[in-house]
Amino acid sequence: MLTIENLEVVYEDVILVLKGVSLSVPEGSIVALLGANGAGKTTVLRAITGLLDIHRGEITKGTITLDGKPIHDLDATKTVAAGIGQVMEGRRIFTEFTVEENLRIGAHTAARGKVESGLDRVYELFPRLKERRKQIAGYLSGGEQQMCAIGRALMAEPRYLLLDEPSLGLAPLIVQQIRDLVVDINKQGTTVLLVEQNANMALSIATHGYIMETGKVVMDKPAAVLREDEDVKEFYLGLREEGAGSFRDVKHYKRRKRWLS
Amino acid sequence: MELLTATLVRGVGIGSTYALIAVGFVIIYRATDVVNFAQPALMILGAYFTWFFVRGLGMPFVAGVLLAMIVMAAFAGLTERVALRPMVGEPPFAAAMVTVGVFFALLILSFRLIGTNVISMGDPWGVERIDFLGTRVAQVDLAMTVLSLTAIGLVGLFLTRSKVGLAMRATALDQETALAQGVNVGRMFGLSWAISGATAALAGMLIAARAGAVTPLDAFVALKALPVIILGGLDSIKGSVYAGILIGVAESLTRTYQPALAPGLGSNFDVIVPYLIMIVALMVRPYGFYGTPEVQRV
Repeated sequence: MLTIENLEVVYEDVILVLKGVSLSVPEGSIVALLGANGAGKTTVLRAITGLLDIHRGEITKGTITLDGKPIHDLDATKTVAAGIGQVMEGRRIFTEFTVEENLRIGAHTAARGKVESGLDRVYELFPRLKERRKQIAGYLSGGEQQMCAIGRALMAEPRYLLLDEPSLGLAPLIVQQIRDLVVDINKQGTTVLLVEQNANMALSIATHGYIMETGKVVMDKPAAVLREDEDVKEFYLGLREEGAGSFRDVKHYKRRKRWLS
Repeated sequence: MELLTATLVRGVGIGSTYALIAVGFVIIYRATDVVNFAQPALMILGAYFTWFFVRGLGMPFVAGVLLAMIVMAAFAGLTERVALRPMVGEPPFAAAMVTVGVFFALLILSFRLIGTNVISMGDPWGVERIDFLGTRVAQVDLAMTVLSLTAIGLVGLFLTRSKVGLAMRATALDQETALAQGVNVGRMFGLSWAISGATAALAGMLIAARAGAVTPLDAFVALKALPVIILGGLDSIKGSVYAGILIGVAESLTRTYQPALAPGLGSNFDVIVPYLIMIVALMVRPYGFYGTPEVQRV
């Protein structure tokens, strides 16, 4: 169980980005974390993986625990070793490396003997990567690059996988592929925290969902309930009761006051 | 013909050593985005330690060279930890200024260490000449070529084949992502300095062995690595090798033929040839043969 309690994060000593976020990711589940740009989703992930300090951010309050042990003061190297893998936003593969080198660097903290078995596992999940393993990763298509990034994170055999917008910039068909892969990875025993803007995709596979707005969790419900929620439908799934109304009704700031759950 | 061959062999020898020094710059630049101006001082200290182990303590030559390389690796790694690590996150220009400070500190240290001694490598290869392609050439030139290129090759193999080398290259490409893979980025910085320290020690020994004796002011020979990295590209080992040899040969050819062909340019004109090449390179192709175009200016 990965638990975050009352997390407050400040960037540059003055910008309060997370204002008391609490969420928990039970082992074996897929938890979705949704929200608009600037809501603080990526910051939550950085806080978990110890990447805050290079962005001049700092946890000022709250705790992050993994199975009861605090991990918020561990650096990035130690959180990877503790079993938390991360796929960063925008894929961030090493474009000058070959696909296989990208995967090997993911196994940096893994034991020497585990590298080959890890490669086998990733190639089984992503046959496309096996075909292209000697190619320069920068020349892969966007979907393949995303697979490469996910595969790289899997090489460390994480128990918890944090995915930051895996659907970013991908065609709908590829998004479906990635979604199915996330389900497969979860079935193989990896717990997933899925940060997404594509609420449709995330809620279709998640067991539980959190919605963030401006540094706070404003909704926290099982994914099935969120899928049926009127506000979520309108704001995140793009569904409306009636046909297109006037633009006045679309103004978000008027409706935002309604988050009261 | 004989003169030409001897000139070329000499040029390739000295050029390979320039390349070796340049590789030290390149490795640190790639890992940390900092141009390490302390490299020449590391080279002189390396020469001093080689001399100290071989002539002072009477160790076998090969053992003395290897030990000096290890000592300089540790020394450079420590320098990074103490002087450069606090600069992580600061602009590269500020960190480069720190290395200028480190350069002068180490230069003064080497003046203190060397004092009035004559640092001479003795006669590891002798002044003997051997037959090479039908010409008599100095062994020291061949030794410079072979040792420098072997060392560069080993560094290259380490970077491309080993797990730690892969992590170093990853750090060079994208520090945050490397961090997210569990790479200890600070340790990679230290390691890049350590490798540079070891190559500097080897280069210092070679320069000293060629010149016969070395003083702290010979640190400025290492500044010829600057034209090499400009011409080859600040972030390319391959470029350093080609550019190093090219500049070494150009210098050597000038030294042999300029006094006869263009006496009006005065004596020792060969000393400025590398810098002339650098100026031309900066005008024509500022990022060098193999450099990345958006490389920052020093």
